[in-house]
Amino acid sequence: MSQRLYTVIGTRPVRHDGADKVTGRAQFGADIRLPGMLYGHVLRSPHPHARIRRIDVAKAEAFPGVLAVVTAADLPEGPDRLLELVEGTLPLSYVRANVLARDKVLYKGHAVAAVAAVSPHVAEEAAALIEVDYEPLPAVLDVLEAMREDAPLLHPDLRMREFGEPTGKPSNVADHFRHLLGDPEQGFREAELIIEREFRTVMVHQGYLEPQNATALWNQDGRVYVWTSTQGAFSAREAIAWVLELPVSRLCVAPMEVGGAFGGKIRIYLEPVAALLSKKAGRPVKIVMPRRDVFEATGPTPGTCIRVRLGTRRDGRITAAQVWMAYETGAFPSGQCGFGALCILAPYDIPNVLIDGYDVVVNKPSTAPYRAPGATQAAFAAESVVDELAERLGMDPIEFRLMNAAREGTRRADGLKYPRIGCVEVLEAMRNHPHYRAALEGPHRGRGVAMGYWFNIGWYSSCTISVNPDGTVNLVEGSVDLSGTRTSIAMQAAEALGLRADQVHPRVADTDSIGPTAVTGGSRTTFATGWAAWEAAQDVIRQMKERAALLWEIGPDQVEFEGGVFRSGERSMRFEELAARLEETGGPVVGRGTVNPSSAGGSFAGAIADVEVDPETGKVNLLRFTSVQDAGTAIHPGAVEGQMQGGSAQGIGWALNEEYHLSPEGTMLNSSLLDYREPTALDLPPLETVIVETPEPDHPFGVRGVGEANIVPPPAAIANAIYRAIGVRLRRLPMKPSAVMEALWSKER
Amino acid sequence: MKGQKVRVRTTVNGQPAEFLCEPRQSLLECLREILGLTGAKEGCNDGNCGACAVILDKRLVNSCLVLGVEAEGREITTIEGLAQGSQLHPIQRAFLEQGAVQCGFCTPGLILATKALLDRLPDPSELEIRRWLANHLCRCTGYDKVVRAVRQAAAELAEVKA
Amino acid sequence: MPTVFIPPALQALTGGRASLEVEGGTVRELLDNLEQAWPGLRERLAEGDRLRPHVRVAVDGKVSMLGLLERVGPGSEVHFVAAVSGG
Repeated sequence: MSQRLYTVIGTRPVRHDGADKVTGRAQFGADIRLPGMLYGHVLRSPHPHARIRRIDVAKAEAFPGVLAVVTAADLPEGPDRLLELVEGTLPLSYVRANVLARDKVLYKGHAVAAVAAVSPHVAEEAAALIEVDYEPLPAVLDVLEAMREDAPLLHPDLRMREFGEPTGKPSNVADHFRHLLGDPEQGFREAELIIEREFRTVMVHQGYLEPQNATALWNQDGRVYVWTSTQGAFSAREAIAWVLELPVSRLCVAPMEVGGAFGGKIRIYLEPVAALLSKKAGRPVKIVMPRRDVFEATGPTPGTCIRVRLGTRRDGRITAAQVWMAYETGAFPSGQCGFGALCILAPYDIPNVLIDGYDVVVNKPSTAPYRAPGATQAAFAAESVVDELAERLGMDPIEFRLMNAAREGTRRADGLKYPRIGCVEVLEAMRNHPHYRAALEGPHRGRGVAMGYWFNIGWYSSCTISVNPDGTVNLVEGSVDLSGTRTSIAMQAAEALGLRADQVHPRVADTDSIGPTAVTGGSRTTFATGWAAWEAAQDVIRQMKERAALLWEIGPDQVEFEGGVFRSGERSMRFEELAARLEETGGPVVGRGTVNPSSAGGSFAGAIADVEVDPETGKVNLLRFTSVQDAGTAIHPGAVEGQMQGGSAQGIGWALNEEYHLSPEGTMLNSSLLDYREPTALDLPPLETVIVETPEPDHPFGVRGVGEANIVPPPAAIANAIYRAIGVRLRRLPMKPSAVMEALWSKER
Repeated sequence: MKGQKVRVRTTVNGQPAEFLCEPRQSLLECLREILGLTGAKEGCNDGNCGACAVILDKRLVNSCLVLGVEAEGREITTIEGLAQGSQLHPIQRAFLEQGAVQCGFCTPGLILATKALLDRLPDPSELEIRRWLANHLCRCTGYDKVVRAVRQAAAELAEVKA
Repeated sequence: MPTVFIPPALQALTGGRASLEVEGGTVRELLDNLEQAWPGLRERLAEGDRLRPHVRVAVDGKVSMLGLLERVGPGSEVHFVAAVSGG
């Protein structure tokens, strides 16, 4: 792969934080211990929808060992404004209301009050003594129900936004997205085969193992220190500052190690609560969410209703597409349907497209991004219809996709032309893979394929590099490291400087110590922060050329640097030799780099799944699974493989078992890791991976972000495989045993 | 009775340890909050994720399901006890070399589970590995590289014995 | 001349037109010139001297970080899109 062009890039060094991670020394958010620290516990609503008439905290405040109690009354109430969250814009009042409910609770688990005490047990006992007088209201729990004229309204002032402008009467529909290309009506008239299908998916959770946590110290000098497991120290800082009506400079957010996030740890939940408790108590306060609260009160991903209509000619060319999609966004709007609308047909070149997408509020937890947010649900629908079309036309599913594949210059649904992308390359790698050609024999066995896509959001990152006298460098960056990016970023700095990976010492810094860096998410980190590290390295090289020039008594423009060596004519000096002489040539060398790249081409991913269905129990066994993805350039192939395997595993769980199982009253019945069924080692086969490399033209090393697109294809690939195994198409997720059995029985009838 | 503390004398990672705890505190809580051994993690607190796993008298247990007072007179091995001085244990090294660590939250539990497995079954098959590890959730890796790490560790430990 | 593509939700303001050719060297200039012919369009996309919070502009297929300040070439394609990110 990339090892032909590069020395460090393309290798598999052990990650820099490896020893800490395997010895238990790494400090995750809940591991922090500060002198005088108190423990917080949050009281949450038992009702999915209710007015809060009165909250009486007196008994909790009087409980021995309690030092502070807070409710929404302790939150400032400044003028409302639009907060630019990572995934869209939201009124600040909504964000605040999700942190602590003021007048209404909008989902079971909605935070209402919090207690800080000398032990978590005391805090929990005291919280149970808080008296809340609720007036229950009718709840709406289904996306289509919520769209009806007579549905109970969650927000009396919420009106459907069309490109940001509120329209119509108040309803539960928060946003309408529309994409229109060409002339869909004409396109369907030209079609010789049209298939239209409806799909339903239910709410699922990112399922990270580490619960949300936050520790805050409201110091006596007015500064607020927060230690939290977050995907973005700077985005958290901003959100906390807005909620508490503080200037951002009064806050310092230190990102702790994160035990899994996948989009679910961008939003803030506990941080302002811990800060307010600390302000009242005069001591640091740590809050860790119990597992049940993680399911009920953080940010799962929307359940959906998606209708896809595709028309093709007899030769297989798609002439038109129409999509209607409704996403349940939870208690507050979140804009995720917009992402689904952009991704649903991303792998295809279709000249006539109409997509209408709706974000709808319901009495469920406020949804948050989950690894390629909105795209997996969309692909489940579209890739199933594509499969059905290919079958009806008698075409191989990959050949059908290749005939209609998006390429550089193809227009997306939003009208933008794709830059250089690897859709065709991924499809060809799938077609040529031994898995695709392997025989699959035996009853109730089948193979399915699907494609997926996610963007790269670009955005800003900052790095500094300082040179040590021994020729190694310290690299300080602001990207929270979720899965090894400090190493992939260090490797890019090493490549630029002609050093080994272990000669770069990376460190993730807090918001006081490094320039602003956007969130770790959106498949941006290895791409953008690696680019910033490269920029910082160029700055270091420029400064060190001046030092070499000084020593050789020539002009800096006569010094070259390549392969870790400074050269001019016959004279040369290795990086580490020059590093030893910095003090005598003018002092320290510190390089800096900031970047703010536009969005880049994005990454396509494909999946091939072999299943065997047990016709007596409905259990679907995954026999073989291959993930293919375009990484641009794989900096650390092992890390890229890990992303592909992890995203695939999540997609497989989403396909077969994971769901929010709600009672009719709106209570989640399976809010534990026993009953919310994530894949175990026994559920999964070996996960084969193929890394395709079509370099991203703008990036110094050609990196494309790979974190997300790999979760998108598995549910559709598995649905298509199940069809070939038992002759029934499942159009609802999850495709759990009971669903398979019902499908088999209805087929018999 | 709830507030009254009990004195517990135990051995942790080969060293005597003594602490005071309330009867309602789990062993997980005692390890983390009282002894400062934060390698064992709380993922669910009801025995369904394995992130809190420790070895108690040679038996792999979820420490969230053991009370602190039950540690009296027994021997506990936590992740902090695996490395020898500045040398990582072969299982720890295998996890790193195979890239089986992403976020690292499940890693201590997985490594101790691997030790418990290889102590009783030095040459496990892939199915035996997956079945044994089924109690330890990992959301990041998809388990593929974890299984490879266990195999590498098994091979290396067998060599050491041979 | 640059071509500006109008989001479907705003096409009612441009007499149903999905794209328009308009002069300008920056996105700001394009919008100002568009407003002359199609009043009401600018305020849907911009507030003062910035794009509205939910709006991004893409020039030649790349979503820009500079908003109204982004430069535009003589044959550029300009799209207004909703802000997108990831998880």
